[in-house]
This record gives sequence, structure tokens and C-alpha cells, in this order.
Amino acid sequence: MSTFWSAWIIVLTIIFLVAVSWLLFANRKTSVNAENEAKTGHVYDGIEEYDNPLPAWWLNLFLLTLIFTIGYLILYPGLGNFKGLLGWTSEGRYEQEIKAAEEKYQHIFKAYAEVNIEALAKDAKAMKIGQRLFANSCATCHGSDARGNVGYPNLTDNDWLYGGQPEQILVSITHGRSAVMPAWASVLGSEGLGGMTNYVRSLADGEVDKNSDSAKTYTNMCAACHGLDGKGNIALGAPNLTDDIWLYGGSEAEIMQSLANGRNGKMPAQETILSKEKIHILAAYVFSLSME
Amino acid sequence: MTSSIDQPAYNYKVVRQFTVMTVVWGVVGMLVGVLIAGQLVWPALNFDVPWLSFGRLRPLHTNAVIFAFGGCALFASSLFVVQRTCQTRLISDRLAAVVFWGWQLVIVLAAISLPLGYTSGKEYAELEWPIDILIAVVWVSYAILFFGTITRRKTSHIYVANWFFGAFIVTVAVLHIINSLAVPVSLTKSYSVYAGAVDAMVQWWYGHNAVGFFLTAGFLGIMYYFVPKQAERPVYSYRLSIVHFWSLIAVYIWAGPHHLHFTALPDWAQSLGMVMSLLLLAPSWGGMINGIMTLSGAWHKLRTDPILRFLVVSLSFYGMSTFEGPMMSIKTVNSLSHYTDWTIGHVHSGALGWVAMISIGCIYHLVPIMFERERMYSIRMINIHFWMSTIGTVLYIASMWVNGIIQGLMWRAYNADSSLSYSFVQSVEASYPGYVVRFIGGAIFTAGMLLMAWNLYLTVTRTDTDDETTTEEKTPEAVSA
Repeated sequence: MSTFWSAWIIVLTIIFLVAVSWLLFANRKTSVNAENEAKTGHVYDGIEEYDNPLPAWWLNLFLLTLIFTIGYLILYPGLGNFKGLLGWTSEGRYEQEIKAAEEKYQHIFKAYAEVNIEALAKDAKAMKIGQRLFANSCATCHGSDARGNVGYPNLTDNDWLYGGQPEQILVSITHGRSAVMPAWASVLGSEGLGGMTNYVRSLADGEVDKNSDSAKTYTNMCAACHGLDGKGNIALGAPNLTDDIWLYGGSEAEIMQSLANGRNGKMPAQETILSKEKIHILAAYVFSLSME
Repeated sequence: MTSSIDQPAYNYKVVRQFTVMTVVWGVVGMLVGVLIAGQLVWPALNFDVPWLSFGRLRPLHTNAVIFAFGGCALFASSLFVVQRTCQTRLISDRLAAVVFWGWQLVIVLAAISLPLGYTSGKEYAELEWPIDILIAVVWVSYAILFFGTITRRKTSHIYVANWFFGAFIVTVAVLHIINSLAVPVSLTKSYSVYAGAVDAMVQWWYGHNAVGFFLTAGFLGIMYYFVPKQAERPVYSYRLSIVHFWSLIAVYIWAGPHHLHFTALPDWAQSLGMVMSLLLLAPSWGGMINGIMTLSGAWHKLRTDPILRFLVVSLSFYGMSTFEGPMMSIKTVNSLSHYTDWTIGHVHSGALGWVAMISIGCIYHLVPIMFERERMYSIRMINIHFWMSTIGTVLYIASMWVNGIIQGLMWRAYNADSSLSYSFVQSVEASYPGYVVRFIGGAIFTAGMLLMAWNLYLTVTRTDTDDETTTEEKTPEAVSA
């Protein structure tokens, strides 16, 4: 904040506090002369007004809050760029709390970080923690039962877009994933779109017409990512099209939507949010989901 | 009426119109509220129809009760009070008609556009830019009408109720225009001219002062006329009126940042907003003291007069919510209460307990005057309405307090391994009983409004009253039975 705006805030606040104090001071008379008798003499539509003094307890309450206000503004940030005598900041407090929590809890996670993911996935206590971490950080998209939702993969079905080995899961959680299915509407045209939709559907049904126009188009345009046989490519996160598991829905309309407009899958990176040790347990938990 | 002989003929037409519409929009707005409260108990009440979904009906509910119900009550009372206390007719009947029909048009446009999903996304300011412009035009007409009438007053001073109405009118104009500044991209879509944290701050500067000036200052204006009138007692302290009026309007405008604690808003703004909110406690209570103490010497009237009871209980709820508000603005408390149902409870302690109940008392006072009747058709119905409102409000706010504290505590509970103890959906599950109680409380309150509408209908269509004795002759036993 520039010095001008800081000064603007300070000056306005002080003028305001002085004005309120003056208002109270000028009307502080609490003594009672001929109580309930003195009226102002105004009459409005039959309504008269007493000129009773301010109730003393009310005036004291007001003064108390005024003193608190002034004290608070001296101790804490409030008057523009003036930091306050205590040097308190919300960021500082956040960092302090995070640090305190890390010190308190790190021994739990340090111990589990030594164990490899396959072994950890069989440790009931660690998986209990993993389940809670999942509920806190992952369930919003993947569901509390990890069965996913349209656009968010099911993590329990042993079908992996980026691979289901412990190391691959760890990478997915730590660094996140970005998938790009391009939009093909303008390339395919409406007729081509219909043909391709049928062809993609047929890959899952197992009744593929290898000689159709769509099959040729598939080889030219789609096979680079999804593979000639349609089994996908975990290096790119290109889904397997033959297993009848559909991230964005398997109906004709939904497949056509994916083909026409493309899709942008985004798994956010957790490395800036969760500690390495917590991600380690999470990876084990996700790995454990498809073990049964 | 009993006023002096040179009493000018007032424009009661516009007051009468707004009085009736207060009851109509009160019923409509609260019915929508009961429906969405029901949706939180039985989600199937969405009926899978987009325009019946919670996200679209919730802004319809808030706009309908604040600006349609509350707004009509404020128009009716302020245009009545300004004439009576200035002893002069409104400066222009045509302008009065513009204000009435203009405001009804705003309400109808809101009732159509919000369910269709047109929204600017700003809470309590959801309406899109063409409607915003219409609001500004109507509001400026209202300001000209009100202040023009004050300049023609036949009294030497301006009565305290009009100070509050005046502050409300000026500030709401400023708030509405500044917060609604937007770049239109089509007839039904616009984007705020502010961005990021600045946009949030402008929005809550508006939002909090919609509470402060629309729902507080305006209704204090109602209080300052109808409480001494109904109690037939002088106002307790002119001096207190002055001090609490100036301090209230001066402090309120600073308090908005407490809606944005622990957000991207800079620390200094959060702190300043918090202390100013605490400073707001005494000025707010000044109004409650002045209202309740006005009854000294007339307490016995509470036993026989349910209208006075509405007014006085509304002041008690006002005192309670203006204590609760500053407490919730303290960062430590806010870290528990923010984003929970406690906020909803706090709002309704003000909206049902204070705003609605004082409006209801004011309308019961106004209707016989507007339709030249001796009194409302049935005093007994008013009494039943009073108890329905009180019980409904208490059920509503108590259930939301419980829910809010449950949610706040569940969200911050940790396991021994530092993970959160509960997922969000578990806190929703735990809130279910509270949602049921809230629905019941809201339904009782709304049923009371239907009773009021029925009483209004009988008062307007019949010239007699029910066979009860009049209020003055009643024994306390007869009323409490």
C-alpha cells in the first residue's frame, strides 16, 4: 500500500475515533435533574420526547469498546501500513501453526516413510490414516469410496490411466497429471463424427469393422495416442478404449461429445499441499484399493 | 383521527398500497423460505427442475423478504411517518405512484429472472444490470419524495424517525449504485467493474450496510414512531436519540470486513473491520434502550395489547442479535462460526425477530388507519400470530445455533495423526435434525403470516369486528387464555 493510502486510512480512522469520543463527551451528562419531567418541548403527531440523560452503564459500555478499539489498533495491524506493536500477521500465525503441527505429528509419518508402498498397503493402521488423508484431500473428486465420478477416475477397478504400479501412483499424486484429448469436430465433420462414434463404441463391444472408413481415420488420427488396437497408452494417459470403462460416459451421446469437443483431465499436484511422507501413505492407500 | 384541525389531507393511497403489499410479499417470500428449508430436509423437493433448485430459489427468498417484504414495510411506514410528523402532504402524488409501481416492477422482475438463473452472483445484489438501473431510478424518486416532503414540513424540527429514514435512503442509494457498477456483455449478463479482493470488499461493504441501513436504520425509523404511538408514551431520551443515531450511522459503514475474516483481504482491513464491529454494540443498543424505556409507565399495556408486544419483543430480538453480531465479528469466534449455520441463525434472529416482527406490529397499527376501521377485525388472531412468530423464531434460531456449533467443532476436530476427524458430508448428516427443526420453526412463522393476511382481508372487507370486547376493556385473563 502506498504511503498516501496508508496515511488516508490512518487519518480517517483517527478523525472518526476523535469524533465519536467528542460525541460521547459532549453528551456525557448522566446526572438526573427532575427525572422523567424534563421534555424537549417538541411534539410530533402527538409524540413527545423526554430529555433523559444517557444511561451511565450504556455510556461506560461505549467507552469500554472505544478503549478496546484504540488498544487493539496499537497492538495489531489496522492503521494502514502500521504493523502494530505485537508484529502479528495472519500469515505468520498460519506458518506458526503449521510448524507446530509438523513437530507434533512428524514422528508418525517419518516411521511409515521408511516402509515400501507394497508393504505399507498391508499395514492396517497405516491404511486407516491413508483413508483419512484420502477423505480430506481426494474424496471431493474421487468420492469417499474412491469409485470416482464422470471425469474423475474410479480408483478401485484396476484400470489405470497412468499405470497402477506404486511408483506410478506416487508420481500421479505428487506431480499431478494433465490429459488432453483434442477436439475433432471440425476435422471429422458431422458424418465422420457419427461414424467414429460407432467405431469407438465397437472397440469396446468387440465387433470391429476393420475395413470401414472410420477404421482408416482411427489409424490416422487416434492410434498415435490410443494405440492401433485401442488399448491406450499410460505414458500419455490415453484411455484404453476396449475395456468398456468410460471416464466421461460410454453412451453414444457422451462419446460423441468427447470426440467433438475434446476433454481436459486434470489431476492437481499435491506436492505443495501435502508433505512427502503423507503422499507416501496416500499412494499406498490408493494402491491398496485395487488389491482385493 | 384525532390530530389538530389544520391537519392537511395526507396521501394515504401510496401508504395503503405498500401496506397491503407488505403482507402479500411477506407471505410469498416466507413461503419460498419454507420451501428451500424443506429442500434441505427432503432434497427431492428440488423436483429436478432447474428453476426450483435451491441455488436459484435461495436468492429469490432473500430478495423477496428483504427488498419486497421489508422494502414495502419501509416505504409504507416512512411515507406515512414523514407526512404525519411533518404535518404536510407528500410533495407529489405522481412521484409516489412511480415509487410504488416501480418497486413492484422490480420485485416481479426479480421473481422471474432469479429462478431463470440470471444473476450477477453478488449476495443480496444478485439482480442483473437492467433491474439495477430500475432500482436506482425508483430509489432516487423515493429520495426526492421523502426529502422534498421534509423541506415542506410545518414543524420546526425534524422528528428522530425521519433522521433514520433519511440516513437509510441516502446510504442505500450510495451502496446500491457503487456495488452494482458493472460492465454489461448482454441484456442479461454483466461483470463487476471490481476484481478479486477489492470486489469482495466492495460487496461486503454493501452487504453489511444493507443490514446496517436497510434492515437496521430503516426499521429503527419505524420503531421511533410506532413504539411511542402504540404505547402512548413520550420517547425515553432525546439525548440518547442523538448520540446513538450519529454513532450508529458513523460506525456501521466501517464494519463490512468482518464478513471476510481469514480471507485474501489484507490484515489491516480485517482488524479494522473487527474493532469497528465491536464498537457497534453500544450504538445499536442505544436504539433498543430508547425503545424499551419508552414503555416505562406503560408496561401494563403489554398484557392487553398484542401489537405492542410485537414491537417490544422485536426490540428484544434486536438487542440480542446486535450483541451476537459484534461477538461473531471477533476473529477467534468467527473462526468457529464462519461458513456455518450459526450465521444463518444470526441473520434470522435479526430478520424474523427484529425486522419481521416490528414490521408486523407496524402493519397492524397502520391497517385500521388506512382502511378507516376502529381496529383490526380480530385482536385474538393478532395474539395468536404473536405467539406463532415468537415460537417460530426461537425454534429457527436455536436449531441454527446448535447446527452452527456442531459444524464448527466437527470441521476443526483432528485425529491423533493430524488428519481431520470428519469429512464434510458427516457434518451435513449431523445437521439433519437441526434442519428439520428449522423447517418447523419457519413453517410456524409463515403460517402466522397467513393468519395475518386473513385478518387483513376480514378487516378490509367487513365493517364490523369480531364479537370480542375491545382491547381496552379486556382483562388480562381473557387475553392470555
